[in-house]
Amino acid sequence: MRIPCPFCGLRGHEEFVVDGDATVTRPAPGRPDAPTAAVRFVYLRDNPAGWHREWWFHAFGCERWIVVERDTVTHAVGRVWSAGDPAPGEDR
Amino acid sequence: MRHSIVSLLLNAATGHRRWPRMWRDPEPRPHYEAIVVGGGGHGLATAYYLAKAHGVRDVAVLEKGWIGGGNVGRNTTIIRSNYLLPGNVSFYEASLRHWEGLERELNFNAMVSQRGVLNLYHSDAQRDAIVRRGNAMRLHGVDAELLDAHEVRRIAPFLAMDDARFPIRGGLLQPRGGTVRHDAVAWGYARAADRLGVDVIQQCELLGFEIERGRVVGVRTSRGRIGARRIGLACAGHSSQVAALAGLTLPIETHVLQAFVSEGVKPLIPGVITFGAGHFYVSQSDKGGLVFGGDLDGYNSYAQRGNLPTVEDVCESGVAMIPAMSRLRLLRSWGGRMDMTMDGSPIIDRTPIEGLYLNAGWCYGGFKATPASGWCFAHLLATGESHALARAYRLDRFATGHLIDEKGQGAHPNRQ
Ligand SMILES: Cc1cc2nc3c(=O)[nH]c(=O)nc-3n(C[C@H](O)[C@H](O)[C@H](O)COP(=O)(O)OP(=O)(O)OC[C@H]3O[C@@H](n4cnc5c(N)ncnc54)[C@H](O)[C@@H]3O)c2cc1C
Ligand SMILES: [Zn+2]
Repeated sequence: MRIPCPFCGLRGHEEFVVDGDATVTRPAPGRPDAPTAAVRFVYLRDNPAGWHREWWFHAFGCERWIVVERDTVTHAVGRVWSAGDPAPGEDR
Repeated sequence: MRHSIVSLLLNAATGHRRWPRMWRDPEPRPHYEAIVVGGGGHGLATAYYLAKAHGVRDVAVLEKGWIGGGNVGRNTTIIRSNYLLPGNVSFYEASLRHWEGLERELNFNAMVSQRGVLNLYHSDAQRDAIVRRGNAMRLHGVDAELLDAHEVRRIAPFLAMDDARFPIRGGLLQPRGGTVRHDAVAWGYARAADRLGVDVIQQCELLGFEIERGRVVGVRTSRGRIGARRIGLACAGHSSQVAALAGLTLPIETHVLQAFVSEGVKPLIPGVITFGAGHFYVSQSDKGGLVFGGDLDGYNSYAQRGNLPTVEDVCESGVAMIPAMSRLRLLRSWGGRMDMTMDGSPIIDRTPIEGLYLNAGWCYGGFKATPASGWCFAHLLATGESHALARAYRLDRFATGHLIDEKGQGAHPNRQ
């Protein structure tokens, strides 16, 4: 599996550390349903068989966080962008 | 046909060409008292104990592929009960006791071999942790022996005892741990369940549920609709997909774990040995191949294969522990889909949908649990109540905070 880092180019995935699902969002603490939303955020996962959005950290490269779209069935790597940016073509 | 020395000799005389089918190949009936989805070890054991211990014989096991094609036939076959936490120790010890009588119970040779599981330690801190674990085990009536470096060297003289960075100082031995021929477990339970009237239906994929006013009344499958008011899910790496068909989201990520077999060599490894300075474990099969494994690859995967960096990492750990391994050639490797829960412990529980029950989240340690998991899940399906041994394995523990973080490995909710 090779990942095209937006800063460094195409690199072997062993240079990266994966940190899981990038689709869950931390609920605002003041929300009335904050406790259940927090359980959902911390523990529940859609766990799709197919395209998945994940956090990866380029530990042995530029040391930046990136978001990777990856197919969990074929291991194909799709779009990749800097974690600080919105997904290409999407608003934040 | 009952298996015995007589049946073996008779079939040997006819060149082993006349062995009868081990289980029927039935068409699904329109309705069953209970359905178990997933024909892995856990699903088949559940069906067997439903029929045997609870007299519920109107049962179907639905398997989308073939019996033994999932993790039950892909694991590294280790059984043990060297657990530490309440909720785990008694459960896994009950499972080990089942293993000890299983072949007689099923009339099937599963090659249960209690040749010991040895966990090595390399530092004072690891020794303290291992002593604590051993004491917890002994308090629960589980066998555990603390070995010093001399005793380890006597059992396994080929280990890198005096490595400068990670010298081996001793180990915790569970003599009753060992290995079991994994696919024989699937076949043995399937055959025994079939003989009690259970329909083992292969190539029958669950596609959806029929739910009426919060209660499950049947399933849609690739071979038509089947009615049942009690349905148990035991789909291992596919738990999230199957639960999603009922609108449920689980605290599970599916990961890939790889396993490896070397070329065959003369008897070398006496039992199961695990490294304390990295994640690596090894045993030797009766054919002589070294069977070993280590860490998950680390990313979500349904591919049933991993990547080369993990191969390299596992082999490096192996050579660090057993330098002679560097001379061996790797024969084959493969991967399985692990249903990793967020605390590394399993789930045997009701779901919010009445009549629908969940057995999932066995991570990479569920093979040894097969008998006890089937025993407890059958109890839940038959009575609607959790079995005392499995009471800690609740689905809602992630919301209530009663996590069972025995190893603290796998998915990483703590990093969010
Ligand atoms: C490489 C590796 C090494 C391991 N080593 C060990 C070990 O040494 N010791 C240990 O204790 N554990 C080990 N494990 C873990 C253990 O194998 C699993 O936890 C356990 O086998 C899972 O339970 P099961 O046998 O029921 O799973 P499976 O055999 O995977 O059964 C699940 C079944 O459900 C079926 N299914 C899925 N979706 C559907 C559907 N929609 N409809 C119908 N059927 C469906 C699948 O086809 C599959 O056959 C290892 C696993 C792997 C991959
Ligand atoms: Zn980079």
